[in-house]
Amino acid sequence: MKSLKLVAGLLASAALPSAASATDLEVTHWWTSGGEAAAVAEFAKAFDATGNKWVDGAIAGSGDTARPIMISRITGGDPMAATQFNHGLQARELVEAGLFRDLTDVATKENWAGLVNPPTLLENCTLDGKIYCVPVNIHSWQWLWLSNAAFEKAGVAVPANWNEFVAAAPALEAAGITPLAMGKQPWQQAGAFNVLMVGVGGPELFLKVYRDKDAEFAAGPEVAQVFKAADDARKMAAGANVQNWNEATAMVISDTAGGQIMGDWAQGEFQVAGETAGTDYTCLPGLGLHEVISTGGDAFYFPVLQDAEQSAAQEVLASVMMSPETQVAFNLKKGSLPVRGDVDLATANDCMQKGLKILADGGVIQSSDELIDPDSTTQINDLFAQFFSDMSITPEDAQKRFAELIAAAQ
Amino acid sequence: MADDTRPNRLFKNLNAKIASIPMILTAVVVFLGGTIWTVVYSFTDSKLLPRTNFVGFQQYERLWSAPRWLISIENLAVYGVLALILSFVIGFLLAALLDQKIRFEDTFRTIFLYPFALSFVVTGLVWQWILNPDFGIQHIVRSLGWESFTFDPLYNADVVLYGLLIAGIWQGTGLVMCLMLAGLRGIDEDVWKAARVDGIPTWKTYLFIVIPMMRPVFITALVIVASGIVKLYDLVVAMTGGGPGQASEVPAKYVYEFMFRAQNLGQGFAASSMMLLTVAIILIPWAYLEFGGKRRV
Repeated sequence: MKSLKLVAGLLASAALPSAASATDLEVTHWWTSGGEAAAVAEFAKAFDATGNKWVDGAIAGSGDTARPIMISRITGGDPMAATQFNHGLQARELVEAGLFRDLTDVATKENWAGLVNPPTLLENCTLDGKIYCVPVNIHSWQWLWLSNAAFEKAGVAVPANWNEFVAAAPALEAAGITPLAMGKQPWQQAGAFNVLMVGVGGPELFLKVYRDKDAEFAAGPEVAQVFKAADDARKMAAGANVQNWNEATAMVISDTAGGQIMGDWAQGEFQVAGETAGTDYTCLPGLGLHEVISTGGDAFYFPVLQDAEQSAAQEVLASVMMSPETQVAFNLKKGSLPVRGDVDLATANDCMQKGLKILADGGVIQSSDELIDPDSTTQINDLFAQFFSDMSITPEDAQKRFAELIAAAQ
Repeated sequence: MADDTRPNRLFKNLNAKIASIPMILTAVVVFLGGTIWTVVYSFTDSKLLPRTNFVGFQQYERLWSAPRWLISIENLAVYGVLALILSFVIGFLLAALLDQKIRFEDTFRTIFLYPFALSFVVTGLVWQWILNPDFGIQHIVRSLGWESFTFDPLYNADVVLYGLLIAGIWQGTGLVMCLMLAGLRGIDEDVWKAARVDGIPTWKTYLFIVIPMMRPVFITALVIVASGIVKLYDLVVAMTGGGPGQASEVPAKYVYEFMFRAQNLGQGFAASSMMLLTVAIILIPWAYLEFGGKRRV
């Protein structure tokens, strides 16, 4: 009951500002870390410049905390003007239930279909030929962030791929450095596993498991290799006593950990800390083995509103988010890649250039958010939460359970 | 004639009946209606939004084969039994000590009851800091010179439940103590005098005379404490988030996460129906014994 009151209190405090003026738009999102907050401020600035007012509805915690609050507000009849979701299957049922407005007019007018690259991003926003969301960035999970100073201290060369990293782990440990920083939250642990699946196993293996949902293959010897790598990872991460992802990134920044498997949003943290790609830290897309990135990311959805002025302002916001200037400003701060193929990112750093090049070469796969529904994701997260914290679960047992979940996935 | 002498029973105490209509409606519509709705929809494959596509016992089969649910049930059983026993023993001992006509009784009573005024979220956060190895007890003892001292219950999967228990007992014991104290004060002074005349030692008087006389107080305390245990959620979220791994998962958290995070209402409803069933299995025989018996007398 107390938690309900807490949620109700949060809702009440978030709902109050929306009543102030007609062209105030309340936008909810879960971007609260240093780098993320700096990025979202770019959206607010650009939208305020159009004469409207961005009312920030940041919800602290991760997306796992924020999404239930957003969904209950939308289904409970108190919608915000715009809200973040990861593009993919998270909001599909809400779209099917007609709770989000159709943005096809704006999209056709501005020719989004011709601009958005890769096109799968817009396809994920489309239902029955109508567009329901604005993709704003491309985030990829498949990155290994390494602290150059940590390896220097341990007296080994900065690894060029995952295998070298595993080989360097004993030297790091001898120097009192935790080889792998990993927050003890299920989404991070399952996320790291999926990265190992792409990096160690390769993109075909990843798609065969998550897209084709081939349970027999998931129980087979190729995937066993990935579980072997995950076993290495959990041993290397045993000394990391942190919860949140940015605390784990801070370990890499402060050189108390050798590296971290984390999506490119970690880049924002390095930037806020004033570190330079290449000299202070090294990034390896696809763990340096298979240079492929997934094209998940964030998208904004606009609930159906009764107020005509607010509805008009929603269209302005959608078009602001897609405009080339905002795309560049936002994504530079966020450390993510723009959704438009036609913008100039010459000021992007070393790591982002690597990402852009992979994107231009077409080395992309769909993210797991786009391939399996949140129900299966939760079950897989649960499995890896157990696997990474309980050393008595063998990789073989975990693989057997993983294959069962894949068989039941939709 | 009959109408004049005996007014219709329906209109007796009319004011009181009208006044209780809102509560009756709330009970029927919100509690009973909501419960039935939940149980019915637990037999569907509802995802993010409820829908009436019935799938039989499929959600329950999945529930009882989910390792996380089984861990949750086991955790709740361990926590529940220990929390119940400890809060009763400690609560009664404190009450008995306060009952010795000591000085500053009000002060002590206030101190012991204060934790109950804090919500579980606040309790959980405070104890999370106290038990955190980098800021809390472990850090203090180590800075005093015992370098090898280790006390990090929340980071050790084997003992994390006891870490939760410390906070739960700290928060809940004061209430049990107050209820017990009220019960002790309700015991007639003559009982004590009679026991003293018969030369019965104090501890025996407590154990064999006073406690059996306090049965109603014990039952009230039992219901309050037990219902608090079954819905245990906020303490876990504030202190461990279910971790490390899944070592401190509880059923209420499973329900919440499957309903809202995993967007699988059917699974969440099935889990909450199981929680209801467990409570009903305990409550119905007790209510029958307690209230059914009296009516016959």
